[in-house]
Amino acid sequence: MSKEIKIKVCTGTGGMAAGGENVLSLFRNALLSAGIDATFSEKCSVDKVGCRGFCGMDLLVDVIVDGKKITYKYVKPEMVDRIVQEHIIRGNPVVEWMVEDDFYNFHKKQTKVVLSQCGEIDPEDINAYIEVGGYDSLKKVITSMTPEETISVIKNSGLRGRGGAGFPTGLKWEICHRKKSDKKYIICNADEGDPGAFMDRSVLEGNPHSVLEGLTIGAYSIGAEEGYVYIRAEYPLAVNRLRKAIEQSRQKGFIGNDILGKRFNFDIKIKLGAGAFVCGEETALIASIEGKRGMPRARPPFPVDSGLWGKPTVINNVETLANVPYIIKNGAEWFASFGTEKSKGTKVFALTGKVKNNGLIEVPLGITLREIIFDIGGGIEGEKMFKAVQTGGPSGGCIPAEFLDLEVDYESLAQVGSIMGSGGMVVLDETNCMVNTAKFFLEFTQAESCGKCTPCRVGTKRLLEILERITSGNGKEGDIELLEELSYYIKTSSLCGLGMTAPNPVLSTIKYFRDEYEAHIKDRRCPAVVCRDLITYSILEELCTGCGACKRACPADAIRGIRKKTHTIDTSLCIKCGTCFDVCKFKAIMKS
Amino acid sequence: MVTLTIDGKKVTVRKLSTVLDAIKKLNISIPTLCHHPDLTPFGGCRLCIVDIKGIARPTTACTTPVSEGMEVITTSPTLEKMRRTTLELLLSDHPDDCRVCERAGDCKLQELAYFYGIRENHFLGERRIYKKRDGNPFIERDMEKCILCGKCVRVCDEIEGVGAIDFAYRGFRTKICPPYDKDLDCEFCGQCVAVCPTGALTGKMWKQKGRQNLKEIDTICPYCGCGCNITLLIKRNDVIRVTSKPETINEGWLCVKGRFCYEFINSPERLTKPLIRVVPKESSAFSVQQTNPPFLSLSKELFREASWDEALNYIADRLKEIKEKYGPDSIAGLSSAKCTNEENYLFQKFIRAVIGTNNVDHCARY
Repeated sequence: MSKEIKIKVCTGTGGMAAGGENVLSLFRNALLSAGIDATFSEKCSVDKVGCRGFCGMDLLVDVIVDGKKITYKYVKPEMVDRIVQEHIIRGNPVVEWMVEDDFYNFHKKQTKVVLSQCGEIDPEDINAYIEVGGYDSLKKVITSMTPEETISVIKNSGLRGRGGAGFPTGLKWEICHRKKSDKKYIICNADEGDPGAFMDRSVLEGNPHSVLEGLTIGAYSIGAEEGYVYIRAEYPLAVNRLRKAIEQSRQKGFIGNDILGKRFNFDIKIKLGAGAFVCGEETALIASIEGKRGMPRARPPFPVDSGLWGKPTVINNVETLANVPYIIKNGAEWFASFGTEKSKGTKVFALTGKVKNNGLIEVPLGITLREIIFDIGGGIEGEKMFKAVQTGGPSGGCIPAEFLDLEVDYESLAQVGSIMGSGGMVVLDETNCMVNTAKFFLEFTQAESCGKCTPCRVGTKRLLEILERITSGNGKEGDIELLEELSYYIKTSSLCGLGMTAPNPVLSTIKYFRDEYEAHIKDRRCPAVVCRDLITYSILEELCTGCGACKRACPADAIRGIRKKTHTIDTSLCIKCGTCFDVCKFKAIMKS
Repeated sequence: MVTLTIDGKKVTVRKLSTVLDAIKKLNISIPTLCHHPDLTPFGGCRLCIVDIKGIARPTTACTTPVSEGMEVITTSPTLEKMRRTTLELLLSDHPDDCRVCERAGDCKLQELAYFYGIRENHFLGERRIYKKRDGNPFIERDMEKCILCGKCVRVCDEIEGVGAIDFAYRGFRTKICPPYDKDLDCEFCGQCVAVCPTGALTGKMWKQKGRQNLKEIDTICPYCGCGCNITLLIKRNDVIRVTSKPETINEGWLCVKGRFCYEFINSPERLTKPLIRVVPKESSAFSVQQTNPPFLSLSKELFREASWDEALNYIADRLKEIKEKYGPDSIAGLSSAKCTNEENYLFQKFIRAVIGTNNVDHCARY
């Protein structure tokens, strides 16, 4: 057989959950039994690859025959045989399982830099990374560039920290480079803790070597001999792949002593975090590495002056570091050609919520929210109305429809009361209650407050209590003003970024959806019919067939009725669990 | 040296000082709860926030290092409002029981609430409810009153070097406790009690002994040769508490003995006069087994009270007798760590030069 066959199976977290591991071995076996040596032959390979982005269609499998790529979606183990028989052996792709236009639309407006090799190469094999030009940038830097030259490339590229605050990376390196110290450290912050965010996780799972390469280039630039990757223990796959990558990189001599024959020593340690959200804050992260409780401290001194063990330290986010090799390889101008005047390059977002196409996307900064949500995301699920998009995770805010044409960058998002954050993007539709959304995020930040400073520890608790009061129908006149006053206080007087941004979901929802707050307080009504204490369930006489499904399902025995006659709900017994609403096939249950 | 301006007044302080040091140097009053001059800055209570020109948001004075030409404003309606809100929030999660609190009158939180006139609270809500525990006889921990200033944690770690307690849990449920939230089991030096700004940490034996009109007497701790300065707080001629002032040689720090072991002063079992044994040692009336009942009841039968002159003469006569009969090496002297250096010097001189033996030692050697 003279065909060149490549099969790529997604084994990111999403792919693994959809049975990636199993499908991978089935493909290998099927090809072997069909007489095609897929493991060893130069021309044939079956590879595991990292996240492809479109996690909603997992398991995604690429079958490339003689350079022609066909992608299959929702691949199940039982589908493997037919794909091998029809597509690979007979050359007729299985049309009904192939991805359709939405898959291609999803990718059309994306520009992949950080994710360019995620989903293309085997993350557990350093040779796969080297084959696509990996570690070339490191070689270039170490053999032909001084630290100052490297820093100036990064500075000129305009790369800003992708962890959320957007501090210029080159400047940070430069400050640390100038510090005189017997020891310096560089830390990769992989403590991604926002609910709904999986950017760093996917990069580490899909292409860990790019992060290690970036980290080593950073270490060379600032003069560090020791580096840490602070990563959450809840990311076992990422940790595993990172461990393998460090081991392979050490064997190849890209980290260790006398790297590439030059007098440059650098080694990387992994530090597992125990899952505290606040440990993503740099001073808390340093405390955690030092073995202390992850609690932030006041800055100044900043970590570049006094960081880990009191030495100058640079902390960069995963995505920031993953950008570095590509900038060195393609030049600062190339990177600066993407993005807006103040925010250069591309940004990875985790697009989730009520959009049709959920997944991981990478877009040039300056793209509009409309393009992200409607072109890439494919619009709102179930043809409902778009209401708002929540960016920046629990520290961000909700941006309403009127700003859909806003160009996304650090400054513009801050102007409308949200933040870029690490890149979470949760789309909300008309069935989302904004008060409840604010409450959800505040529950998270309150539970994750380290407890050190009063505004964050007690202030967010009181904020949450007021929101709980409003959503349970006990809101009082003046509560909105009290929320605003307390939010302003927490924002201005908290110690660290967690407290400073925690009220953002509250403030932005009040700003754009004040009428919803007022409806809860004044009319005791939840316009989106979400807040349990403010809704009642009833049965529509004309639609009820008396089938009794709701009666059987009701856990509180609140539904009465004779078979084939209209049923009724006893509201005094109803616990508003919504089970009847879900089981009724005739849409006879009404929420109001 | 660095010169900066605070509320329009110029002040020069040392290079590594904080803004709070400079404010204190000018004698400007500023509220603090988590600050202690001997402990690392914490910046948790957020009361000492000040406006610094060039910094967008208010900053805590206790954590900010001074810099040349800095312009600081310590008070403004906005700052005062924020301080007030901080206090209201702290009080919203604090039991309203000053009338029975051991610390009332000596409580920084109460004092600040008084100065800010906080009578009503906008932010009343859930309060942390904890059960009191700990079987130890020294430290009462009432964690509901804890404002998490972290002074106890820092003093235990930085001054005492013990680290018996730390912050645990997250969010509103954050609390300070020993490892695994077990009972307190430490040296019980009570340094934490001394620095606690509220009634969260108090001495167990202080309970309902008195809070006001206490007479203060400065004296020296009798327990060892360190000679820590202590202050006895007296109510109706009873020592009800022991403290130490920060300007003393021991900088206000004490150990468990100095701070908590003062009950002997009024103990009925305390010896106040020398006693001379009347029943010979060989007699069966005085054996190890029979010392189990309280010493006091036995002592009346075994000993008689004597004057110091009589007792010292008796000791001198007996020592002479023994030395003559059995030689100087039949005598040994053991002195005490409670004595001063000078006293210990005299004692070994006495044993070596007067008795004539080298059999002399000191309890602290063991």
